[in-house]
Amino acid sequence: MSLFVIGYYTLLLVVSCLAAYFNKRQVFLLAFSLTLVSFILGIVGGTGALKAVAICAGLLGLTAMVSYAFREFLIQMAESNVGMSFSNNPPVMYVCLIAPIIYCILAWLLGWRFGEFAFALIIIVILLIAMKTETAKELRTAPLTAAFGMFVIFTYAIAGIFAPYIAPHGEAEVISSAFAPADAEMLLGADQLGRDMFSRIVFGARNSVGLALTATVAAFVLGAGAGLLAATKGGWFDQFMGRVADVIMSIPSLIFALLMLSIFGPSTPVIICAVAIIYAPRVFRLTRAVAGNVVVMDYIEAAKLRGEGTGYLIRREILPNSTAPLVAEFGLEFCFVFLLVAGLSFLGLGIQPPTADWGSMVRENATLISFGDITPLIPAAAIALLTVAVNFVVDWMLFRSSGLKEQ
Amino acid sequence: MSKKKEVLLKIRDLKIQGYSDETWVDIIKGVDLTLHRGEVMGLIGESGAGKSTIGAAAMGYARDGTRITEGSKIEFDGMELTTATEGEKRALRGSRIAYVAQSAAASFNPAHKIIDQHTEAPLHYRIQKRMEAQEDAMDLYERLRLPNPKEIGFRYPHQVSGGQLQRAMTAMAMSCRPDLIIFDEPTTALDVTTQIEVLAAIRDIVDQFNTAALYITHDLAVVAQMADTIKVLLKGNEVEEASTEEMLNNPKEDYTKSLWAVRSFESPQRQRPKDTVPLISVKNVDAAYTGGPKILDDVSFDIYEGMTVAVVGESGSGKSTTARVITGLLPPSKGEVLFKGEPFPHDYRNRDRDQLRQCQMIYQMADTALNPKVKISEIIGRPAQFYSGLHGADLKNRVDELLDLIELDPSKFYNRYPPELSGGQKQRIGIARALAANPTFIVCDEVTSALDQLVAEGILRLLDRLQNELNLAYMFITHDLATVRSIADEVIVMQQGRVVEQGPKDDMFTPPHHPYTDLLLSSVPEMDPNWLTTLLEERGIDNLGDAAAAQIDPNDPKVQ
Repeated sequence: MSLFVIGYYTLLLVVSCLAAYFNKRQVFLLAFSLTLVSFILGIVGGTGALKAVAICAGLLGLTAMVSYAFREFLIQMAESNVGMSFSNNPPVMYVCLIAPIIYCILAWLLGWRFGEFAFALIIIVILLIAMKTETAKELRTAPLTAAFGMFVIFTYAIAGIFAPYIAPHGEAEVISSAFAPADAEMLLGADQLGRDMFSRIVFGARNSVGLALTATVAAFVLGAGAGLLAATKGGWFDQFMGRVADVIMSIPSLIFALLMLSIFGPSTPVIICAVAIIYAPRVFRLTRAVAGNVVVMDYIEAAKLRGEGTGYLIRREILPNSTAPLVAEFGLEFCFVFLLVAGLSFLGLGIQPPTADWGSMVRENATLISFGDITPLIPAAAIALLTVAVNFVVDWMLFRSSGLKEQ
Repeated sequence: MSKKKEVLLKIRDLKIQGYSDETWVDIIKGVDLTLHRGEVMGLIGESGAGKSTIGAAAMGYARDGTRITEGSKIEFDGMELTTATEGEKRALRGSRIAYVAQSAAASFNPAHKIIDQHTEAPLHYRIQKRMEAQEDAMDLYERLRLPNPKEIGFRYPHQVSGGQLQRAMTAMAMSCRPDLIIFDEPTTALDVTTQIEVLAAIRDIVDQFNTAALYITHDLAVVAQMADTIKVLLKGNEVEEASTEEMLNNPKEDYTKSLWAVRSFESPQRQRPKDTVPLISVKNVDAAYTGGPKILDDVSFDIYEGMTVAVVGESGSGKSTTARVITGLLPPSKGEVLFKGEPFPHDYRNRDRDQLRQCQMIYQMADTALNPKVKISEIIGRPAQFYSGLHGADLKNRVDELLDLIELDPSKFYNRYPPELSGGQKQRIGIARALAANPTFIVCDEVTSALDQLVAEGILRLLDRLQNELNLAYMFITHDLATVRSIADEVIVMQQGRVVEQGPKDDMFTPPHHPYTDLLLSSVPEMDPNWLTTLLEERGIDNLGDAAAAQIDPNDPKVQ
């Protein structure tokens, strides 16, 4: 028996015994059942199987540690209460926000450099504004899964924003032969034209996620705006908007997207419009239902009797009371939109080559799967990881908004 | 009333903790309680005193987020409930201990017939067969004097009125002939006239089956009719316990005395100013909700500047609808509302800012009347900003001034949110919001009915003081005649959308009355333990509530 196997069983047994001694029921059950399973796995699969188990457990442990540390980091940041000094100085806040936004737009239009940094600055400022003691209190209730989700989203955001600086090669740069295997130069090998897979994954984060995010925001602006108006105005306007939503929802979404794309051609604005129109009715229905519960409250009646206009009613009275479910819905819809865009790309109607996009990357490399190579699965895994991560965060938000905390 | 002096329920040193802000806080701080077979004990106290929590603990139950601490002893008929398993406790509930909740309408399952819900417990415990259980249910319905006892059980809960549903719930609690019933505010949500029916029915049936009961309420007059002994609670502590007679006649503790004294506040009656136009004048108003039947029928009355007009009546009598017509939320189908002699536009959307400002409203439920996500400073500041255009320091001064006016410390409340406040404080914020508009007329819709008596009295005193300082006119909607007696100058009695009687308060409280006013007045429980018995003898057992209202002779000379 090798030293590894002895060490493996010793560790498991020591952990089980300690857990049993200190009455940690769940840890004990987990460790000891793992020991028993390992006996069988060891006999059947030999040392290799045990090593695989150890690696999986180690990875899981590392993930948990990263999530824990990331949550603590966020809590520490929030406790510094930077956000308070921002909200006490509105002019400073607006300058910090608007200046990078203007630079960002100009950089995009005129091709200036460092637009990425301006964009990162916007996000950092928004995060800093959110850093308040109340946020720290909320963050403490976050389970590890949510912290993991936030960490993954954070990583993707960094990769997407700074893609040109992180990726070792250009998005469309052919550097080797087709399907070259991974080496020190190319972390994940090359694709069907000999482009670096890793660089394309990093650029894909920017293109795919950026597109899905824009489309979701557009769907929310349309849907939530219409829903709030319908709930506040009521009457024929409400009926009219509801029927419009019904009509859009009655068209199969993928067929509708394909139709739009084949009529107007597969360009980014068309994809965004099509997706926004497909998803807006769902957002509309949710918003109208949530706002419908708020508009019957006495404080809305009081505001109406005061003579307030629709704008004030929506902005100050209804919206603050419906944000929680809307934010949760945003996370969910983002996943659906992402999958729809990836699906369109897979069918060849989404983002067009040579732009890197995860959905089309799966398709382009699909032939490799019959040779037992995992290359086409990597972009698929990137999609899956982001979807899971977003859902972890959304689950936590749904739990918070489900009223368990509010009471 | 006590026949066998056998101890049924013994609670010793009961401590219950609740989880809030990540720590366990004591809610009940060591209460002892002994209940004999066939005895009725009243538990009274303000909200937050822990009455309902003790009631639930008597079944060995702790609500979500609360726990019964170790060392507490709850012994039911020789069985220790704190250490009993969940299965053992479940076997007791429904069969030997039953519970009657405050809102029967919310407690019945709307998807099943009443009798099916009634027979659920006897069938579950295999005490009776279905047919026997149904016959027994009809028998109980008859004893509780429900109309059509043979048929009423086969209706769904929404087809039965509130008072009847509450009696059906009592019948349901009786279905297994339990040893102990816990009544948790069973009549609080009911009108006075309906309340009597339910009280009489409960008292009879508890007597007939020699059931012990814990009667939880905040209404002293009610508990005086029902209980053999009374226990007063304050913030999880016992204040005192004594037999009903003794408790009413000479309470020992100061807190108990203060509870007894609550109804003493009475503002002097003002007279109508002569030779002036009434501030608000409602003229021959009919109103109906879209497509529905007529709710208001030829309602007319005047409200003069600086006066309080109380509108009383049962629920469904059109009190709140009248308020909605005046505020413009429900345009009348006939008639008009005059403000200082000028016609008020029917729909609030057609009124200009000044007209809207003049007429403000304070709501019954402060919880739903204040936006939970908006700071107090903005809730109060917004009307001042909206109508008077105040900004910056002026606005802050105005908010501080208003908070001072409602006796809350500005520095403490300026930046807080409504959910952080108590019920009474929320209601005060509601008042401040109405005052911020500088109105001349305020509609107060049941403003004190959701509050404890001591807190409610504070609100009434505040409203009275503000009226004197700011010369406000109030339209005070209420079903509580004690409130009317303390604050009103004039009284309007409404029944089924019609004004049946109106006049100055002193005249209204001295006979001869309109028969309906008479019925309302005589149905208000009094602090005399024999009040219900005497009333039942006078009126007869079948002449209560709806039955009595229906028996009013339309040709009676007093009906104008």
